[in-house]
Amino acid sequence: MNPPRDTAGLVTLLVATRKGAWLYHADAARRTWQVDGPHFLGHVISHLVLDPRDGRTLLAAAKTGHLGPTIFRSTDFGRNWAEAMRPPAFAKAEGGRGRSVDHTFWLTPGHASQPGVWYAGTSPQGLFRSEDGGVNWAPCSAINDDPQYRTWMGTAQDGTPDGPKLHSIVIDPRDPSHMYMAMSGGGVHESFDAGRSFAPLIDGLKVVEGFDVSDATFHDPHCIRLCPANPDRLYQQNHCGLFRLDRPATRWRHIGAGMPAEVGDIGFPMVVHPRDPDTAWVFPMDGTSVWPRTSPGGRPAVFVTRDGGERWQRQDAGLPAEQAWWTVKRQAMTADSQPSVGLYFGTTSGELWASTDEGAHWCCIARHLPDIYAVEVAERGAP
Amino acid sequence: MKVLIPGALRSYTDSAQAEADGTTLAEVVTALDRRYPGIAFRMVDEQGRIRRHIRFFVDGQPVHDLSRPADPQGELVIVQALSGG
Repeated sequence: MNPPRDTAGLVTLLVATRKGAWLYHADAARRTWQVDGPHFLGHVISHLVLDPRDGRTLLAAAKTGHLGPTIFRSTDFGRNWAEAMRPPAFAKAEGGRGRSVDHTFWLTPGHASQPGVWYAGTSPQGLFRSEDGGVNWAPCSAINDDPQYRTWMGTAQDGTPDGPKLHSIVIDPRDPSHMYMAMSGGGVHESFDAGRSFAPLIDGLKVVEGFDVSDATFHDPHCIRLCPANPDRLYQQNHCGLFRLDRPATRWRHIGAGMPAEVGDIGFPMVVHPRDPDTAWVFPMDGTSVWPRTSPGGRPAVFVTRDGGERWQRQDAGLPAEQAWWTVKRQAMTADSQPSVGLYFGTTSGELWASTDEGAHWCCIARHLPDIYAVEVAERGAP
Repeated sequence: MKVLIPGALRSYTDSAQAEADGTTLAEVVTALDRRYPGIAFRMVDEQGRIRRHIRFFVDGQPVHDLSRPADPQGELVIVQALSGG
């Protein structure tokens, strides 16, 4: 099914799953959704992202169970797709002992002043850059080949269950040379020279008890977001709680103490408001005992702060009241920039949920999809 | 040599069979990629290793070393090998 002829100004959800990708096109009220998909049925799609600089280019990070990873590109908003000429791949090492990219996990369009520039984060941890809209990708050796960074990355056993990842590639909207990235595991890092060099930014963060908090190896940031309305403010959902950083300070501040004790402040996604830097949303999960990674108590809920993380309020109207054991992965929750901000998340059980009133009420707009890995918003033109 | 293409890679070849030549199997894979751009990286990683869930058989025998000489009269069968849901 082709997308609507004219979706300018409307919201489209880009849904990446373990078995393919789907696009959901909203009407002007965001009440009804027209489904377009599956695209790449059977492919593991880790991320599907619109280039906001042209409003029509989509990149999809793909692999299958059998085949190696690649990037698919569409320059007509998903009508047609072509494969990248040179997908992210590590430099070849002598004797075949080098690393190989298992999958591209994260895609970030470059700065608004640099059309065609994209960044990719991979599993195992690697950073890659494209300067031609995602056709050709070059490895960033400052991360991928640096002995210190390789040490901080640890081994495959130190990472997430489906492989350690480089993610949360964030470009400062005021300066294309200033960027952040995070590694699970391996910590948060900052560059002031467009990725030619990086330095850790982990002061104030917690690690699992008993480990050295000064060693980036033991840090596990889950998701980092920069506030569009105040690019000096970063929020972070970490393996060890919720944190905020207000630059030029370099010390993260724990902001999870206001979460209910029975819920805790562990989770994967972190979502910021497009216009209010004091407002952010999280989706907590059960991070106790053996880390079930389900909704705490089987009662899923979004939590919002309106004061920069001092206090958090539960938002579960419309969500299942009990016996719902799914959760939301780090790329699977996002917001649009409409006057009444829309929030969206996809679940590990294949449900797609939406709120058009900043989380006050929720409705399920799709069920029975595969395990949802990522949900991104595509807004083409002004609302 | 004759190359039998698994279903997962036929989006590249539009065919279950292809012809590609080279003095080694690595060169055969490179020749395949020249004809069907992108196909090599889906089977062989950037370090020259056959990917975990891909198997190569030459004249019925499993092969793991792509530096092995290629017989122009031989047959390379590429198999996708994975279980699970």
